[in-house]
Amino acid sequence: MKPILSVQGLSKVHGRGCSKCIETTGPEQETNICSWCGSVVAAHDVSFELHPGEILGIMGESGSGKSTVVKTLFFDEEPTRGSAQFFEHDHAWNLFDLNAAQRRWLRNHRFGMVYQNPHLGLNFNVSAGGNIAERLLMSDLVNYKAIRERALDLLSRTEVLADRIDDSPKKFSGGMQQRVQIAKALATQPPLLFLDEVTTGLDLSVQACILDLILEIQQELKTAMVVVTHDLGVIRLLTSRAMVMKYGRVIETGLTDQILEDPQHAYTQRLVASAL
Amino acid sequence: MRHYELPAIDEQEADSDLHEGTAYNFGFLDEYAKREVRRTILKAIAIPGYQTPYASREMPMGRGFGTGGLQLTLSLIGQNDNLKVIDQGADDSVNAVNLRHFVELTCPGVSTTERTVEATIIQSRHRIPEVMLREDQVLVLQVPYPDPLVVVEPSEEKRKTMHGEGDYSRLLTKLYEDIVQFNEITISHRYPTKINGHYVIDPSPIPRYDVPRLHQSPNLILLGAGREKKIYAVPPYTSAVPLAFEDVPFRTENFLDAQGNRHACMRCGCTHSFLDEVISEQGERQYQCSDSDYCNDQLAVLKLNQTEGVNA
Repeated sequence: MKPILSVQGLSKVHGRGCSKCIETTGPEQETNICSWCGSVVAAHDVSFELHPGEILGIMGESGSGKSTVVKTLFFDEEPTRGSAQFFEHDHAWNLFDLNAAQRRWLRNHRFGMVYQNPHLGLNFNVSAGGNIAERLLMSDLVNYKAIRERALDLLSRTEVLADRIDDSPKKFSGGMQQRVQIAKALATQPPLLFLDEVTTGLDLSVQACILDLILEIQQELKTAMVVVTHDLGVIRLLTSRAMVMKYGRVIETGLTDQILEDPQHAYTQRLVASAL
Repeated sequence: MRHYELPAIDEQEADSDLHEGTAYNFGFLDEYAKREVRRTILKAIAIPGYQTPYASREMPMGRGFGTGGLQLTLSLIGQNDNLKVIDQGADDSVNAVNLRHFVELTCPGVSTTERTVEATIIQSRHRIPEVMLREDQVLVLQVPYPDPLVVVEPSEEKRKTMHGEGDYSRLLTKLYEDIVQFNEITISHRYPTKINGHYVIDPSPIPRYDVPRLHQSPNLILLGAGREKKIYAVPPYTSAVPLAFEDVPFRTENFLDAQGNRHACMRCGCTHSFLDEVISEQGERQYQCSDSDYCNDQLAVLKLNQTEGVNA
């Protein structure tokens, strides 16, 4: 089977960087700040492949670089090194070689992103329906009726009451905001979805609903997803494959069951032991 | 006495322009300033709808009183030009009278007119004249806010990227919100309009009624924002399409009363012009052509027909 996304040697260094940056940082050194130049190595040499309909988990503690990986792939941040290809039918897009307009097109038509903080993903000055409309308009749908129908359909699928389509997300609870954000990300039926700590900060019952929703979407639409979380429960429930990151490096990859039942790296062992 | 240091290359020419009575350079602006504005105009015409930045000069009136339009006019105007200045369609409104007076003062020898057909340059605030303009006429519009994206994006840097990429989805989102709330698009003036298939402009506060007249107009339309330091243009025979949804088309004011009849101008009886609503001393609503020159023309035709009727 052909992958939908392939990432090779992705690195992101904040700061000017030097030749010692790599050897002085990482899990062995227990830091991601270069002791020579003070640059922060947010992620180094991250490679993975993602197949259509698959959910890949990236776990690790805060500051381990898991969000950085997703943000560079969604063009929120510029990578320092590395390459990534997005495959569609027989066409391969070299993500980091694209110009701004092509990136915007991919973001609007082929990718979806759900942030931990709804303020990043939603426009709070327009209604919930308007947020979905915005994304549909970005993908060149300019028929009011069609947009309206699609927004209602998406909100009912994500279990937001249809009556509240014209309310501002300001008036919504955290869980509802997150659901609107998911509806917005799904509006263009993207083949690839990035989820950055979507359930963090929500109470347990709401978390369960949202995880249910994500699984449902994956089953129905066969959307490939990259799920970033520090919650092992989320990893266990959603993903089939997972990567563990620490201080910007990938320290372990494999099937989720394998990692959780038989962790190899000392850090993963500690992580799993502390959670279970 | 000279008020401005003039460019060396233009010295003789500029000296000849100096009018003894006023001690101002012809057109108030110095030759450098005029040249810069003309260059900016050329660039603006070359990239239809693009907001070309320029160094807006300090004028002897407050910014926001039409300094952008005035600088365009002063840079374009020559001895053979005939200028018409209108404010909300009328030649005798405060802004129009003052600007016309200023041009008369600083451009000696230039003639001014109130007749649209006779003018070569028409500077206007908030209206496009009712009669179709010709290829040899230039329409200069005064613009308070040049950027249509300012309502959805506060950062100018981001707005520039959005313009460059032709990303106007958030403006359309605004229209969507309007339809959701009020069942129709409620923008009454400054209607965002796409020029030549790419840049969306704020066509200055002209009413929606005037927007279709930007499309494929035979005359050049220049828009100047003095406070925001931008000049942009709709060149002759260029497409200008107001943003709208496929199934909710752009609509202009129709001036219908409750019975569905169109209001008529109380002066000339015209039923196909843009009307101003006036409240009479008795508190009644009355309607009158907003374009005073057009109204006068209609009135003259009406009188002519009446006298002919009497004679026959």
